[in-house]
Amino acid sequence: MEFNAHKPIYLQICDQLYGQILSGELKADDRLLSVRDLGIELGVNPNTIMRSYETMTASGIIYNKRGIGYFVAENAKDLVLNEMKNEFINNELPQVVKKMKLLGIGIDEINNLFK
Amino acid sequence: MIEIKNLDFGYKYQPVFKNISLNFEKGNIYGLLGENGVGKTTLLKLISGLQKPTAGECLVDGDAPFNRWPETLQKIYFISEDFAIPEGTPINNIKELAPFYPNCNEAQFMELCREMEVDPTRKYGELSFGQQKKCLIATALALNTDYLLLDEPTNGLDIPSKTLFRQVIAKHANENRTIIISTHQVKDVENLIDPIIILDHDEVLLKATFRAITDKLYFDYGTEKDDTALYSEMIPGGYVNVTHNPEGVDSKVSVEILFNTVMKNKETIKQLFG
Repeated sequence: MEFNAHKPIYLQICDQLYGQILSGELKADDRLLSVRDLGIELGVNPNTIMRSYETMTASGIIYNKRGIGYFVAENAKDLVLNEMKNEFINNELPQVVKKMKLLGIGIDEINNLFK
Repeated sequence: MIEIKNLDFGYKYQPVFKNISLNFEKGNIYGLLGENGVGKTTLLKLISGLQKPTAGECLVDGDAPFNRWPETLQKIYFISEDFAIPEGTPINNIKELAPFYPNCNEAQFMELCREMEVDPTRKYGELSFGQQKKCLIATALALNTDYLLLDEPTNGLDIPSKTLFRQVIAKHANENRTIIISTHQVKDVENLIDPIIILDHDEVLLKATFRAITDKLYFDYGTEKDDTALYSEMIPGGYVNVTHNPEGVDSKVSVEILFNTVMKNKETIKQLFG
C-alpha cells in the first residue's frame, strides 16, 4: 500500500478498507485482519491500526466481538457510501470548485462533459 | 519500564546530559530522534549498562543496568550502529548468546532469517554489511528480550530489506516489549514509531504520541506559505505549514517536518507538550 502524502495514515487505512467494502471484497460479517496482522502486512505501528479500527467501530462500519476480532457490519456498505459522500462534498469538492474558479470553468461546462 | 531520573552524564571533556528525566513504558516502539551529537547513542548505552550515569538514575525495571546483574542484562539487547562483527556464523553466534538470554528461541531465529532472506550458516565475515545487519536484527528479535535498543537499524539495508524490517518489527512488537529505535532515517520508520522522542543538548524537547502531536499541531499541506505558522517548509508543489491546532483538526504528521518545527520552536513546543 502506497500512503498518500497528506492524509493521516490511520484514515488512509480506513479508506483502503472502505474501498474493499464498496467493491464487495469485504462483505457483511466478514472478519477483518487482526490489528496485529494488518500492522505486519503494512509495516505500521499497531497503535495506528487500532486507531483505524476504533474510528470505523465508532461510525458503526465494523463491530468488535470481544476476543474474536473485528467484523464488517450488516449495513456497512450504506454507511461507507454515506461517509465517503460526505467527505467528497466537504473536503474534496471545495478543492475542485476552487480550481474551477481559478481556471474559469463553469458548472455548465462540467455538465456538458458528463452528458 | 525504563526510568531516567535527573540523570547527568558526560565523557571526559564533553558533557552530554544534564538533569534529564525520561520514561519508556512497555508495549511501545519509540522513535528516538535528535541532531548529531545530542546523545542518542549515549542514552542507549546508559540503558544497556555500557555507561554509568555521573549523577541521577537510569533504572530498568527498578535496577541500574550498570550494576550488571544478569537478571537485568538478560532483559536488554542493544544493536549498536558500529557493531563488532561476531566471529563465525550467525547460527553459532545465537547459540553462544542463548545461555545469557533465557527466552532465546533458535527456531524463531531460523524463521526470522528466512523472512529477512539471509543465510545464517555463512560466516559473518563473508556477508555484506546489509546481510550482517539483517542477521543481527534476526538475532536481537529471537533473543526475545523485554527491551530492544536499535541504533540506526535501517542503515545499510536495501529498499526491500527496509520493508522487511518494518514488517518483522511490527510482528515482534508486543505489549510486554519496549523497542527503542534511534535514527536519522526517519522516512524508513515513520509509520512504525510512536511515540516520538526528540532529544536536544541537555534536554528532552518532545515526547509525544502521534495522536497527541496532531491534537496540538496542524500540518497544512497547501500552495501558500503561512507567515503566522510555527514553521513552514517548501515542498514540491507548495508548502507545509505547521500551526497550532485549537480546533483539533486531524492532519498527517511528517516526522521530518515535525523535527524541524521542534528545533525552531523549542520553548513553545516544551510548553505545548510539557
